[in-house]
Order: sequence, then C-alpha cells, then structure tokens
Amino acid sequence: MNSRINAPLAASGLRKSYGGNEVVCGVDLALRPGECFGLLGPNGAGKTTTLRLCLGLTDPDAGHIEALGHAVPAAARVARQRIGVVPQFDNLDPDFTIRENLRVFGRYFDIADSVLEARIPGLLEFAGLTSRADTRIQTLSGGMKRRLTLARALINDPELLFLDEPTTGLDPQARHVIWERLRNLLKQGKTLLLTTHFMEEAERLCSRVAIMDHGRIIAEGEPQSLITQHVEPHVVEVYGETAPQWADDFGRSRSERCEGTGETMFCYVHDPAPLVGDLDGRGGLRYLHRRANLEDVFLKLTGRDLRD
Amino acid sequence: MAKNPWAAPRPSLRFIHVWRRNLLVWRKLAIPSMLGNLADPLLYMFGLGYGLGRMLEDVGGMSYIAFLAAGVVCSSTMMSASFEAMYSAFSRMHMQKTWDAILNAPLTLDDVLFGELAWAASKSFLSGSAVLIVAAVLGLIPSPWALAVIPLIFLTGLAFAGLGLIMTALSPSYDFFMYYFTLCVTPMMLLCGVFFPLAELPQPAQWLAQLLPLTHAVALARPLVNGELPPSWLIHIAVLAAYAGMSAYIALALTRRRLLQ
Ligand SMILES: Nc1ncnc2c1ncn2[C@@H]1O[C@H](COP(=O)(O)OP(=O)(O)OP(=O)(O)O)[C@@H](O)[C@H]1O
Ligand SMILES: [Mg+2]
Repeated sequence: MNSRINAPLAASGLRKSYGGNEVVCGVDLALRPGECFGLLGPNGAGKTTTLRLCLGLTDPDAGHIEALGHAVPAAARVARQRIGVVPQFDNLDPDFTIRENLRVFGRYFDIADSVLEARIPGLLEFAGLTSRADTRIQTLSGGMKRRLTLARALINDPELLFLDEPTTGLDPQARHVIWERLRNLLKQGKTLLLTTHFMEEAERLCSRVAIMDHGRIIAEGEPQSLITQHVEPHVVEVYGETAPQWADDFGRSRSERCEGTGETMFCYVHDPAPLVGDLDGRGGLRYLHRRANLEDVFLKLTGRDLRD
Repeated sequence: MAKNPWAAPRPSLRFIHVWRRNLLVWRKLAIPSMLGNLADPLLYMFGLGYGLGRMLEDVGGMSYIAFLAAGVVCSSTMMSASFEAMYSAFSRMHMQKTWDAILNAPLTLDDVLFGELAWAASKSFLSGSAVLIVAAVLGLIPSPWALAVIPLIFLTGLAFAGLGLIMTALSPSYDFFMYYFTLCVTPMMLLCGVFFPLAELPQPAQWLAQLLPLTHAVALARPLVNGELPPSWLIHIAVLAAYAGMSAYIALALTRRRLLQ
C-alpha cells in the first residue's frame, strides 16, 4: 500500500463494460516515479480502454484511480494539466503547420504564448523537425508525425506520459529514434506508461511490464524475471515442411515444451545441446537457437491464436 | 456508475481555446470564405430582389428587395451556422479527431462543445452581418435601428449552431446532414417569411411556422431595419433563446453519450 502513496499513477479494481461485454475486468496498476511501465497485450486486451480510464476520458464502472495525486475522473482536468498523451492513432491538426500544432496545443493548457514560444524551438529540435517547422503536417512521413505527436505531448512539460503504441507502423530507423527519445525522457525523471505489441521495445525500455489479456493483468514484473519465471531459458525454432514430423520423432521428447504454428516448431529447453546436435547431424532443417525473451512469455501466457 | 449524459453542463472558460483554434484556421482562408458565404445570399437578393421585384409594386410597405434584405440576413445566418456546426464540426469530431486531441489536454467535452457552439455562432454572425452591411451600402436599410439586428444575428446563429450540433452528435456520416437540410432548412427558407410575408400562407402553415426559429428571427429583423420594434419582440427573443438553450443542452448530452462511453 505504501508504494501507492507516491505513485504517479495508481489504479485499483478498474472495471469497464461496453454493452454487457466487460473489457476491463479488475485492473490494478501502481507506477513508480521515474520508471517506464509497459502494458502489453494482444489486440482488444483492453490497453487503450485502461489508459482512457486513467485519463478520465471515460468513467469506470468500478474502481479507484489517482493520477499525480488527483482523483480521476473527478479531478481529471487538473491531473491532465501535468500529463502528456501520445494517442494510439495520430490526431495532429491537419489545418495547421508543425509549429502551429505545438502552439495551439499548448494554449489548451493555458500556457502563456511567451512561454510557448520559448519552449517550441526545443521541442522542434527534439522531434528533429526544426527545418520543417512551417510546413503543413500532410507532408510528413509516419515517423515524423509520431515524433511530432511525442513533442506535442511534451508541450506542458508533463511529469507523467501515456504512450499508446508509440512505434506501431514505424520502420526500424524511426522506431530507434523514438526509443532514444523516450530514454531521454526517463533520464529527465519523467514517468512513462507505455503500451506496445513489440516485446523487444518493452524489454529495452521498461523496468516493469504487465501482460494484459481479456481485460485482466495476468502477469507483472521486471522483464527478465518474468522470463525466468515463466519460460525455459533457451528456444530452438525449427522451420520447414518436415519440422512437425521432426518434432514428433525427436524434438518433443527432448524439450520441456514444444509448440508449433504451421511449419515452424518452437522448442523450449534448459539445455539446447541435444536438439542442436541432432539438427546439425540430420541436416535439411533450418533452425535458430536463441535465448528466451519476453515474446515467449507473452505467447505462452496469451496463446498463439489470432485475436480479431 | 457511468456519468449521466443529461447531467447539467459544466463548461469552463477554456472553451475559448477551442473557439480560438477555429478562428485561427478560418483566418487562413478568411477572404475566400467570406466571399463564398456572401455569394449565395447576394444571388438571392439580387436575382429575386431585382428580377421578381420588378413585377411587384411593393411588399409589406417596402420595395421587394428591401423586404428580402432582412429575410436574407436571417437565412444566411441560419445557413452559415448550420454548415459550420454540421459539416465542419463533424470533420473535427469524426474525421480529423481534433476533439480527441483536445480532450487529452485539460479540457472537457463540455468545453469543446461550448467552443464549437460559440464558434459556429460567431462565424454565422460574420455572414449575417456581411449581408446586412451590403444591404446598408445599397441603401436598403433605412433606419439606424438596424444596429439592433446585430445581436439578433448572434442569437439566431446560436440557435442554429445548437440544432446543427444535435445533428452532428447523431450523424454516422456526412450524408446524414442532407436529411436535415431537406427536411428542416429548406422548408424554413420557404415557410418563415424570408421570401414572402407569412400572411400569404394557409392558416395551418402559419401556425407551423410559429414553431420554427427562423420565423422569429425574420419577424424581428424586418421591422427593426425599418425602424420599428414589433410589439411581440419579447416573444421572438424568448423563442430564439429557448431554441439556443435547449438545443445546446441536447447537443451536449447526445455528444457526451456518443463520445464519453
Ligand atoms: N467505445 C467502445 N464501445 C464499444 N466497445 C469498445 C469501445 N472501446 C473499446 N471497445 C472494445 O473493448 C475491447 C478493448 O479495446 P481496447 O481498445 O482497449 O483494446 P487494446 O488493448 O487497446 O487493443 P489494440 O491493441 O488493438 O489497440 C475491444 O474488444 C473493443 O472492441
Ligand atoms: Mg489500443
């Protein structure tokens, strides 16, 4: 309970239904100051709904939320004064230039124009958009728009940032730039709440993650400890038409866990040597041996079935 | 526990930021936008006013074009408020997600809606006033009492902005607005005394017309430009104010129901 007192964001027992269908079913969250907390989950898990509840954009059916010490939704307006939001889908203002987007958004926070004008050059720099400051946003690439959205979320110098899939749809270059910016924000002491489908992103950025499915948090902890806790340390992925046959003949009996999708088998083991030795000797099957990662935890806990 | 969408409105002064955002966009295209808004009413005024006016001695004690001027001031206010509160507001709400962005800042949906309402009324105020000015320049406005029409234009704009925002809250797509234009706006153009005196209508149509906001705007504006205050002025203002207040409240509740669930 004590950790909740200073929590930039604390939510308990959150519930939300849409038309009799409960999409958030008893979620508890407590962020620590200055951390990056990852909310992971398949499509439709309830991540965005959870963020909307925490921002006071929709009322919970049950539960308590406190953001930066303010009760939400009752005092959500006051809380949002010190929160930055990167929404899942860009909603930059197409009627304005890049600079005007920042300026107009800043005014929504009642920030004086003189303060805004002093702040905007730094944000343009942060977004790498200084040279394009006076162009309309239609001409920007997806990565530029995302960077601008992130810069816009910083216009009020927030203590707490909500980032809903900040890198979905971006190429690796753009993704790395965003990651670097987010690390920068952590260094400045800001607290981040991040949702993502990229386990790699969560492993790189988040000190703690929660895996959410069907509106519930089903696992929570540091990425590395979730990996040791839930899955075997080594994975051998085997590809090819005969991979399932190989698994039945050999792989399954030598693995702690062996799963397949189509022509790929995933064998989870503590000791990969027997599998790798067999595959090398046999030839003809392509394989990859790697260490287990958060994605393996995610797939184990949420299953390999499609969600939509 | 979900909030009752019909709870009392609780806007804050931050609605001004929404209004100002729209003003900033409008300023970029102010001149073409004003000319576009003037073209339609002026076509009516000149086309009908001079064309038809030649065949008519006078209407209600004045030249037909002078008769028409006060009506067109009101109808262009209605048109402009309706377009802004429907097509433009719907773009911002549904297509561009401008409202979603604003709601992530410390504004509430009540602020956004009041900002949109104030903006649509302001924009229609510019349109209506522009027509009034053109009519004055042409010498069609004999009395300085016409200045009293200026606040009336704003009130009229507010009433139609609220009605437009109700449609926006209910609309699945732009096509939906055609129903409102066909079933409400066009009939009002014809029934509310813009083009000919209400008294020319059959009695039941006159009763119906008394229920429509445009009737009351025209019924006030026309005597005012001729320097008369109609005896029923308070009723006309009350009806327009009731339309403005009720429509704003209903639009807010329906928009809350649509966006805040
Ligand atoms: N306004 C709404 N009305 C009805 N159902 C909704 C509404 N918002 C969300 N849902 C439903 O709630 C569930 C959770 O949605 P949510 O957007 O929170 O998921 P998510 O975890 O963010 O998914 P994604 O990864 O696809 O963004 C989905 O089944 C969605 O269809
Ligand atoms: Mg989502």
